[in-house]
Amino acid sequence: MEQVFQVFVSGLLSGGIYALASVGLALIFGIAGLVNFAHGEYLMLAMYFAFWMYGIFSLDPYQSALINLALMAILGYLTYKFIMERVLDSSHSIQMLLTLGLSMVLQNLALMLWKADYRNTRIAMTTSTLDLGPLHLSTARVLAFVVAIAASVALYYFLHKTYTGAAMRAVAQNGKAAQLMGINLKKTYALTFIIGITLVGLAGLLITPIYPAFPTAGAPYGILCFIVVVIGGLSSIPGAIFGGLLIGLIESFAGYFIGPAFQQAAYFLLFILVLIFKPSGLFGKG
Amino acid sequence: MLSVKNVNSFYGEVQVLQDVSLEVNKGEVVTIVGANAAGKSTLMSCISRTVQSYNGEIEFDGVRIDKFSPEKIVDLGLIQCPEGRLLFPSLTVRENLELGAFSKRSRATRKERLEYVYDLLPRLKERSNQLAGSLSGGEAQMCAIGRGLMANPVMLMFDEPSLGLAPIVVIEVMELIKNISKEGTTILLVEQNVRQSLKLSDRAYVMENGKIIMEGKGRDLLNSEEIRKAYLGI
Repeated sequence: MEQVFQVFVSGLLSGGIYALASVGLALIFGIAGLVNFAHGEYLMLAMYFAFWMYGIFSLDPYQSALINLALMAILGYLTYKFIMERVLDSSHSIQMLLTLGLSMVLQNLALMLWKADYRNTRIAMTTSTLDLGPLHLSTARVLAFVVAIAASVALYYFLHKTYTGAAMRAVAQNGKAAQLMGINLKKTYALTFIIGITLVGLAGLLITPIYPAFPTAGAPYGILCFIVVVIGGLSSIPGAIFGGLLIGLIESFAGYFIGPAFQQAAYFLLFILVLIFKPSGLFGKG
Repeated sequence: MLSVKNVNSFYGEVQVLQDVSLEVNKGEVVTIVGANAAGKSTLMSCISRTVQSYNGEIEFDGVRIDKFSPEKIVDLGLIQCPEGRLLFPSLTVRENLELGAFSKRSRATRKERLEYVYDLLPRLKERSNQLAGSLSGGEAQMCAIGRGLMANPVMLMFDEPSLGLAPIVVIEVMELIKNISKEGTTILLVEQNVRQSLKLSDRAYVMENGKIIMEGKGRDLLNSEEIRKAYLGI
């Protein structure tokens, strides 16, 4: 029983990170209607940045977090401005192919610049554990979970309780009407992209003490985010949070009860079931 | 106040507007009447710049606006209440109204404007926290008009405000537009409800197949043979 509880908590902790990485994708799709298959690559870039900041300046990922996030925000803006803005009115398949290409470019750029080596960022927190009664939890993972959930919930409140958030939701619901209110669509899309990429970057730096950085480190997350977002209902932020936690749990339980090899298969199975029985997602409308 | 000169607009191969010219003077209520697909809504969209593919000159308050962005038009106080209201259905009534004051010209006075709109349309205050998507047709139209008023408009353009409303509500909406005009806002009204709209307008244009075919005082047009035959069926 204790072990099952440990499996549960461990799944929840991973799920928090999946949720954080996914809310950015859900936001970009929900507000700007843009499909981004390069989402995971920004997580990889944030991991590398955190790694190098530690390697060169001995700043751990938390100390370099603000610069890292600022850089991700700039990257998000540049990606939007020079790439995504050109395909705003194109079909999703064109956006998909374009961002798939972008993800390959970013992966290979990382490979060229930093080689294929696994880059571990070993800080004190990597090995320290929190002992809560019978539970032994990695401090870095607990911290990652807490920050991830806080950031995801903060995004939800930003969208629902602020004026700018209301304007962003308005753009999602009716672009023409939003324009008639004086809302600049392209600026809103840019902001959406900046926030989305910054959040996935935050997920990246939070896992840097736990997992190594390497050129394709982000790829599994990119796919996972898509699954989470589809399960959650595409543009729903609560759906993405719930979906992320759910995938974390499924992965953890499948690994424990069936075998580690079955972890991915288990959530793909859920993905397929959702697509068959509730294609609009668990939190989706219609 | 608003002057449209020789505007031509194409939708693919089809010419939607042909050499459309019209004037709206300060304080006037001007109506454009015409059948479905006459190009009335397109003209509105050209003025608001949500349609940008057209040629011709549009001037507002002495400034050429036909190259401006949609938000710049809103900033000048030239506000459109679009056809079909286009409320944000999963935002509350209050959020919808508040977004009406998004532009620079009115954002600072958002609170005062909201009070003003709630005073003018108390039913919206009751519905304040309800989702706009749950409003009845009449309430939705009131909300759309309220949202337009939030922008502190110099000139309001209404695109088919009576569309889909019960006759008694149409009268209510028309009364409201009349009152807005009395408070000094210039009005351009696009309507299929010819009788109601001509009654309250100073001048009117008749549009057919993308062209202005007639122009005159509201009352005169209301009494003209042609209009009575074509639009009023009497």
